Amino acid sequence: MPRWLALLDGPQTLGSGRAFWFVFALIVLVAALLPTFVNAFAVTNLTYFLVWVFMALGLSLIWGYAGILSFGQTAFFGLAGYTYGVISINLGDAGLWTWFALLMSLVLPAVLAVVIGYFMFYGGVRDVFVGIVTLSITLVFETFMAQTAGPEWTIGSARLNGFNGMSNMPPLTFPWGENPIIFDGPSFFWLVLGLVVLVYAGLRILVNSRFGNVLVAIRENPERAEMLGYNVRLYQLFVFVIGSVLAGMSGVLYTLWGYYITPSSMGLTAAALPIVWVAAGGRKDITATLLATVLLTWLSQQLAVKGSQYALIWMGVILLVVVLFAPEGLFVTVWKKLADRRRLRQVTTARKTVSLPSA
Amino acid sequence: MHRPVVHRLFDARMTFLVEAYAFFYQLADSFAFLVLCGLGLAIIFGMMGVINLAHGELIMCGAYVTVLSARAGLPLPFAMLCGTLAAGLVGLVLEFLIIRRLYHRLFDSIVATWALSLIATQGMLIVAGPSIEGLKTPFGSFELGEYSFSVYRALLPLIALLLLAALYWLFVRTRFGIYSRATIQDANMARALGANTRRIYSQTFTLGAALAGLTGALYAPTITAVPTMGQAFIVQSFVTVVVSGADVMLGLAPSAAVLAFIQSLLTKSYGQLIGQIGLLLTVIIVVRVLPKGISGWVLQRNGGR
Repeated sequence: MPRWLALLDGPQTLGSGRAFWFVFALIVLVAALLPTFVNAFAVTNLTYFLVWVFMALGLSLIWGYAGILSFGQTAFFGLAGYTYGVISINLGDAGLWTWFALLMSLVLPAVLAVVIGYFMFYGGVRDVFVGIVTLSITLVFETFMAQTAGPEWTIGSARLNGFNGMSNMPPLTFPWGENPIIFDGPSFFWLVLGLVVLVYAGLRILVNSRFGNVLVAIRENPERAEMLGYNVRLYQLFVFVIGSVLAGMSGVLYTLWGYYITPSSMGLTAAALPIVWVAAGGRKDITATLLATVLLTWLSQQLAVKGSQYALIWMGVILLVVVLFAPEGLFVTVWKKLADRRRLRQVTTARKTVSLPSA
Repeated sequence: MHRPVVHRLFDARMTFLVEAYAFFYQLADSFAFLVLCGLGLAIIFGMMGVINLAHGELIMCGAYVTVLSARAGLPLPFAMLCGTLAAGLVGLVLEFLIIRRLYHRLFDSIVATWALSLIATQGMLIVAGPSIEGLKTPFGSFELGEYSFSVYRALLPLIALLLLAALYWLFVRTRFGIYSRATIQDANMARALGANTRRIYSQTFTLGAALAGLTGALYAPTITAVPTMGQAFIVQSFVTVVVSGADVMLGLAPSAAVLAFIQSLLTKSYGQLIGQIGLLLTVIIVVRVLPKGISGWVLQRNGGR
């Protein structure tokens, strides 16, 4: 096994070894086969649960691993969505233009993240204040987009359309002779699923590498990390950019999922949801974050279908219970309890084996 | 109609004065709003370092209780008192059940209070519906030139200033004030000298919550109470507190004044949303330039602590 692949397992991630990856492969396989069994509506729903994963994983990396609480990941989410909308509506779906729009929707959040990150980390903005700056930025975006209702707010042929948001952007299209491949329904689901697997594995390698270890060192004690010679601010900037590009990925995929994007996707409630997912699952582990995100988006959708109003209350209750009783996050706490019990059992069996001869 | 030059000059000067008063009225209104919004949050943040994201919902609680009890027949001042007390009581219970466990866990306190805010907003929507019938603004209005001003809103800045003075008295002249300032400065030392810091924290949180309730109560006659009204208040509250810094007495009034000026200027020229954006951008810049806010800057200039 090559060295970089061995980093899939390591001290910064829960779960390792053959059994873990077997289960992982099984889950991915079942997920990939699902569209052949279920109807189109269910496929659309499944895609929806996965779309949010990227933003949550990015926040887990920024907040859980590097200790920077960004409250404004939705700014990048929205920016990416609007970027895709504006570019793809203007350039159409001919050739590879929709892929160019997709690429630009990841590049622009990266650029914005570099600017904001430089402003914050090289300007001595720390702790809560990072949260306040990022939250302010996403609210600025929301407020600004909400007042673009007038016809003067158009970029090329794309109208920004104020509070109602943009819609009707073309789907991802790949030119293939006579009938181009349109990523919609199952094919879009497979694309998103593939991206989830790729990003998840990539992040595991990243956090178990030297880079990840330094991030954790910075989280635990920035001054000590700096004294040991690491360029703390550069690491923070870098990790902020990665997390923001992931938020952008969620944004553009969300836009492609529903063919619309609205300012409220950058509002206060939207901004807090990723925090709920990451905190509930366990912010210091990406597997826990992934599970919690899929589970909670599924749960809130189920609740929304049954009795619309209770979804957010349950989110709040779950969050409160987790913070008070399992501050490390639900999945991380359960995982650690189980691991402890197994270790205890191993120790007791070992003792019994040792004490047998004397008996 | 042909009027002498002197009269027209007089008219021009009057129009200018009316315009100036209109701007001043707007400014004072905005100032009052920011001070009242920020007070409760600032006291809790300055004292305990807890960022209370449920602040907006405490304001909502104050407004709802005021509206409901006024409509049940209580005179308005008593209804407002009820609103204030109700929010204070809620604060007391929340501190006892939840906040108390999170004093040294900054991130967790943010997340937990945010969860509370979600529950309160959505819960109120379920219990009371999307909006409740409002109250009539008392005292009527007065006219100047072509403008009409609400007397009640013109009084709010005065109430804000009175409240600031009362808090100054509370923190400087009373036993509670001295104990609480000692706790801010060095909680361990205060405890060693016999201050019951736990009780002081609890009292402070209750005070902050009651002030939030009072804000809701004071604005209840001027707005329609809706479950999501907390969100409209909380952003303004945060902006004021961040610009003010940790020391409420020192920073809050100047911070509200500066922000009110920026907001009214932008609102007058470009509309309300741009005014809002201006506030948020100001905060971003202030965090970068004066991370400890106006009060931190003043204290540093005077030799620091």
